Amino acid sequence: MNETTENIIEVRDLVVRYGNRAVLDGVSFDVRRGEVFVILGGSGCGKSTLLRNLAGLMRPHSGTIRINGEDFTAMSDSRRIEVSKRLGMCFQGSALFNSLSIGDNVALPLREHTRLEESTIEIMTKIKLELVGLGGFQDYLPSALSGGMKKRAGLARAMAMDPEIILYDEPSAGLDPIVAAGLDQLIRKMQSTFNLTSVVVTHEMESVKLIADRVCMLKAGRVVGLGSLDDLHASDHPFVQQFFDRRPDEESGDESAYLKSLTGAP
Amino acid sequence: MSAVLGYTGRVTLNSLYALSTVCVLMVETANWMLVQPLRGKGLRLRSAVEHFVEFGVGSLPIVGMICFLIGVIMAMQSAYTLKAWGATIFIANLVGVAALRELAPLMTAILITGRNGSAITAEIGTMKVSEEIDALRVMGLNPIKYLVVPKFLAMLLAVPCVTLLAMIIMILGGFTAAVLFVGIDPKAYFDQTARALVGKDLLTGVVKSFFFAIVICWVGVYRGFQVEGGAEGVGRQTTSSVVTSIFIIILVDLMWTALFYFG
Repeated sequence: MNETTENIIEVRDLVVRYGNRAVLDGVSFDVRRGEVFVILGGSGCGKSTLLRNLAGLMRPHSGTIRINGEDFTAMSDSRRIEVSKRLGMCFQGSALFNSLSIGDNVALPLREHTRLEESTIEIMTKIKLELVGLGGFQDYLPSALSGGMKKRAGLARAMAMDPEIILYDEPSAGLDPIVAAGLDQLIRKMQSTFNLTSVVVTHEMESVKLIADRVCMLKAGRVVGLGSLDDLHASDHPFVQQFFDRRPDEESGDESAYLKSLTGAP
Repeated sequence: MSAVLGYTGRVTLNSLYALSTVCVLMVETANWMLVQPLRGKGLRLRSAVEHFVEFGVGSLPIVGMICFLIGVIMAMQSAYTLKAWGATIFIANLVGVAALRELAPLMTAILITGRNGSAITAEIGTMKVSEEIDALRVMGLNPIKYLVVPKFLAMLLAVPCVTLLAMIIMILGGFTAAVLFVGIDPKAYFDQTARALVGKDLLTGVVKSFFFAIVICWVGVYRGFQVEGGAEGVGRQTTSSVVTSIFIIILVDLMWTALFYFG
């Protein structure tokens, strides 16, 4: 096994339930080191749940997630914290701490996890902010920033501990096309500059075309397609085709059944 | 019949679940406050000091003013009854004992609940809604250690401190009213107060205020972590936080009053 195909994340038979409903139902895939791996799917297909499991925010019902060969789902809390440091996450709403300035947000993990001098931390914070195009913004509060800038700041904070893996939850959600494209470019830049592994959850086909090395498509908690974008285009799975063609669900023709469901009549 | 049984069962299960959540929260907080620091994990003392200033110093003006007025009110109300026996000097006993044992701790606790208990719920709730709690956990920072323990330490220190000052201010209020409106000699009032109060009165008040601090913080934090679903959830839990907190404070007050009365 050479450098390029080494698996950094291995997910096997992941099952997650809310109550009796299985949100993820036997999901398996590998993420290779240094690639941009996109988890694609419609709303409510379980892709955010999958990402929360990868981030260690939820424990699956069964199945395993291996990160660098270690079982992430079964490890002790203290080991989990160690592994978490190698893992950054960009949240959909950026999740910056509103009471702290942008600089303090980025510096927080460094202050809490390292014994670096304050002056070193300041320099590192500036470097991370430059990296995402927010140089000079360290004294601003998150509320003073636009949506796109907040996401960039969130990325800078996720990058603070120099992680190996970055998880992105809907990076382009709620952004205009230009800002979204800028963020896509940034994801690509992080990947090529630092050989970062990125796992991106999204439903935006435009950004998938730009950033994805490989794609995993989910439907109702199951993997329905896995491979490069070309592989998926070649797939004959009806849902994959429907997704790429942007076709709506067929409306059920049974009008009497619809009427019954409205009136509750037997 | 089955509806009644079902309702009882659901209520019981829900309260047991809430109780277990509170217990987990207590154990975690105790762990990060008492055990982990010994293992070199550190406390966030700076944050605790900031919160102490917020909870303690910040609430002094309003607590001071209200306690002074209550002192004045108590003196005038008791003068109304005591005048009939020509025993107005006992205003000093009444105000002193009531302030130390009951009213200063209770008023302080209720005011700090309204000011800071609600703020704790709103802060944690908003952080939960905006995924900031998740962000902390992904960074490997424990929310209990990072958010709860500093508040807890600050509250444990702030409530008794403010209570002590509130006791003095309330007695001063009584003193002012008794001297100005009832016409008691200042020196006599002072001596009478000194004679009336014993160490146990002070102890009752301070012990109560410690437990009030625990209640305010725990209810605030628990309700904060209960928040689901956006701004509306934050509002609902904040209201509920203040109501629950005041109710439990009164229960705890009753318990300690009974213990000191019979014990």
